[in-house]
Amino acid sequence: MDDPLVIADREYSSRLITGTGGSENQAVLERALVASGTELTTVAIRKVDAENHSGVLDVLRRLGIDPLPNTAGCRTAAEAVLTARLAREALGTNWIKLEVHADERTLLPDPVETLDAARQLVHDGFVVLPYTNDDPVLALRLEEAGCAAVMPLGSPIGTGLGIRNPHNIELIVSRAGVPVILDAGVGIASDAALAMELGCAAVLLATAVTRASDPERMATAMRLAVQGGRLAHGAGRIPKRFWAQASSPPR
Amino acid sequence: MKVRLNDDIVELADGATVADALDHLGYSPNGLAVAVDGEVVPRAAHRKTRLVEGTTVDVLSAVQGG
Repeated sequence: MDDPLVIADREYSSRLITGTGGSENQAVLERALVASGTELTTVAIRKVDAENHSGVLDVLRRLGIDPLPNTAGCRTAAEAVLTARLAREALGTNWIKLEVHADERTLLPDPVETLDAARQLVHDGFVVLPYTNDDPVLALRLEEAGCAAVMPLGSPIGTGLGIRNPHNIELIVSRAGVPVILDAGVGIASDAALAMELGCAAVLLATAVTRASDPERMATAMRLAVQGGRLAHGAGRIPKRFWAQASSPPR
Repeated sequence: MKVRLNDDIVELADGATVADALDHLGYSPNGLAVAVDGEVVPRAAHRKTRLVEGTTVDVLSAVQGG
């Protein structure tokens, strides 16, 4: 339980990574971030205007949370590589959450562009955390490319549909030599707990908290779910049985 | 000369630099990243990187997301 999450050269005591998207105001976001216990939180990179200038980084700095810039919105490897370089320049970090979306409707990762971008970014000295499909083969390929973690989706971004293919997540975990972080699709605390029970090293979620009716309360639920799932994963579950087995003595 | 600055066409003095473009927007370079025609220009090079007519300058920062 107390073993830290180790990604590349960093250690985190929290296994819940959050996003900042979807929050209506920064005061609510700040309370939710505190309740989640997160130490690593994603931000997007966008052209500045009067509305979006600064703000979110000040919140993260005040809370001592590391920013994890993403390449959300990119459709090609070339766009993602440029966005990662801009993020490195703006934030002074070589960590990047690599996202290359195939289309706006599904926001599913484009596996070909993602792998291409991952190779380029690793070569360029980035610590690459790729958002990927729940594809065990692609996960291995991303690890071979030098990614510091792999982040398979549970279901499409923002759907809250949970983990649609738990067996694939288990397959990915069983063969991975880097941390597996369940990314996207979490809707409710039991989804986060399941991810950890399947052996994931961490959970990344945003919408489930930021768009909940009570983000602070849901953030607390997610923190406890991740901890509970982690504990359960290490506790050695009983085998599933077809017939009942009495737990009280017969007489 | 005219340059495209974050999707707006703006008029800058001939010989203007990346630093001048940031001044035009009223931003200090901290926490920002600048791309000129799709290539990142590091902060240390803002004052010596001159723009020419028709250049595309994008200025980006971190926002809520992900």
